[in-house]
Amino acid sequence: MSEATVADTRRLNSKPQDLTDAYGPPSNFLEIDVYDPQTIGVGRNRFTTYEVRMRESVVRRRYSDFEWLKNELERDSKIVVPPLPGKALKRQLPFRGDEGIFEESFIEERRAGLEQFINRIAGHPLAQNERCLHMFLQDESIDRNYIPGKVRQ
Amino acid sequence: MSFFGFGQTAEIDIVLNDAETRKKVEHKTEDGKKDKYFLFYDGETVSGKVNVTLKTPGKRLEHYGIKIEFVGQIELYYDRGNHHEFVSLVKDLARPGELSQSQTFDFEFTHVEKPYESYTGQNVKLRYFLRATISRRLNDISKEMDIVVQTLCTYPEINSSIKMEVGIEDCLHIEFEYNKSKYHLRDVIVGKIYFLLVRIKIKHMEIDIIKRETTGTGPSVYHENDTIAKYEIMDGAPVRGESIPIRLFLAGYEMTPTMRDINKKFSVRYYLNLVLIDEEERRYFKQQEITLWRKGDIVRRSMSQQATIAAQRYEGSNPEPTSAQAKEETD
Repeated sequence: MSEATVADTRRLNSKPQDLTDAYGPPSNFLEIDVYDPQTIGVGRNRFTTYEVRMRESVVRRRYSDFEWLKNELERDSKIVVPPLPGKALKRQLPFRGDEGIFEESFIEERRAGLEQFINRIAGHPLAQNERCLHMFLQDESIDRNYIPGKVRQ
Repeated sequence: MSFFGFGQTAEIDIVLNDAETRKKVEHKTEDGKKDKYFLFYDGETVSGKVNVTLKTPGKRLEHYGIKIEFVGQIELYYDRGNHHEFVSLVKDLARPGELSQSQTFDFEFTHVEKPYESYTGQNVKLRYFLRATISRRLNDISKEMDIVVQTLCTYPEINSSIKMEVGIEDCLHIEFEYNKSKYHLRDVIVGKIYFLLVRIKIKHMEIDIIKRETTGTGPSVYHENDTIAKYEIMDGAPVRGESIPIRLFLAGYEMTPTMRDINKKFSVRYYLNLVLIDEEERRYFKQQEITLWRKGDIVRRSMSQQATIAAQRYEGSNPEPTSAQAKEETD
């Protein structure tokens, strides 16, 4: 090997980047929005659902669905699951001056918390192939009798 | 390192014959300070004079012998009592008797083998020193003089690049490449990171140089890791097909050559750690060992005959032509 008098610091050769890769959307980037809260039902049987929207799919979920997802992940995956926005039990007591858990400001707060929760989970490499997460984000409804496990692509 | 015989009758002093011409280098001491010491290479002769000065002229110094030793030893900090000497040479300067006046003794250790490089680390120290001793009935008078030894190498014949594809399935796939596996201490690491698949939100990427000092054997092995450098190579989120260049100049960092299993007592190894950090502060990393070696200076031309012999032992061919040291190439 010849002894260079000046260090060779030229860049190594690299494949030129494909234009579709360079300007295309980030590949499979999971950016999830929690939208459009809607309160369904009347009186004591009301509940609020939220639209969970990904690039290619949209589903409707309620707070207890998020709780279910959290429990599944805590049991099966190795990740430290981020916290959900509060259950707000006090707001469910009768004789309140306001709408309780159907108060607009509370729903908005909860919506933001749920959005943060789901994005943090979906961004974690160890949670990305959990079947419960895929079902939560893509299936019409959650089958609580599913078989837990990992999705192999 | 020096200690004087307390108060007493005589003082010893060691002076090298080539003290005027021999190069001195900086070397870190155990407490982190930097001192200058004479630099020697393997095979060089160590010669000089031992001056014994009587403090009170007229008062005679009785002794059981005067000698000078050249010692190379390894000291493990957790086992201070046991010094492992791998080089030990003695020259007797005077037989038991009396000194009636100050005297100077010549000594020469010819073509001394110095197989390892001087090293002062976190848990172990390898040092070479001269020690002149006047043996007496109750207490000896002695003086030590430390020297620094450096081991030189030439460009390795085989120096393959490091190229690997790593990742987390369906999440992050990268291909990284470093131009060599063996770098000299003033070399440049040229490389690239090529992104094959990116499904996480990366915030930035850096390269760390980690030094691992390993002491002890068998069940009592102890590794001490130290991050010598952190160098950010990318800020922001990459996409598929993107290639990030690496250009890391080693001359700016304080490093030693790679030392493997020195006298079966310790090792010093270096690793490149490629670290990616995502938006949630999660760290993804890949560690790869590199070999560091010490290249001889051009200044060697002005060294004494003996040093050139030592250098040629390693070079195997002609010393390198005089030319400017590695200059930074601007892109």
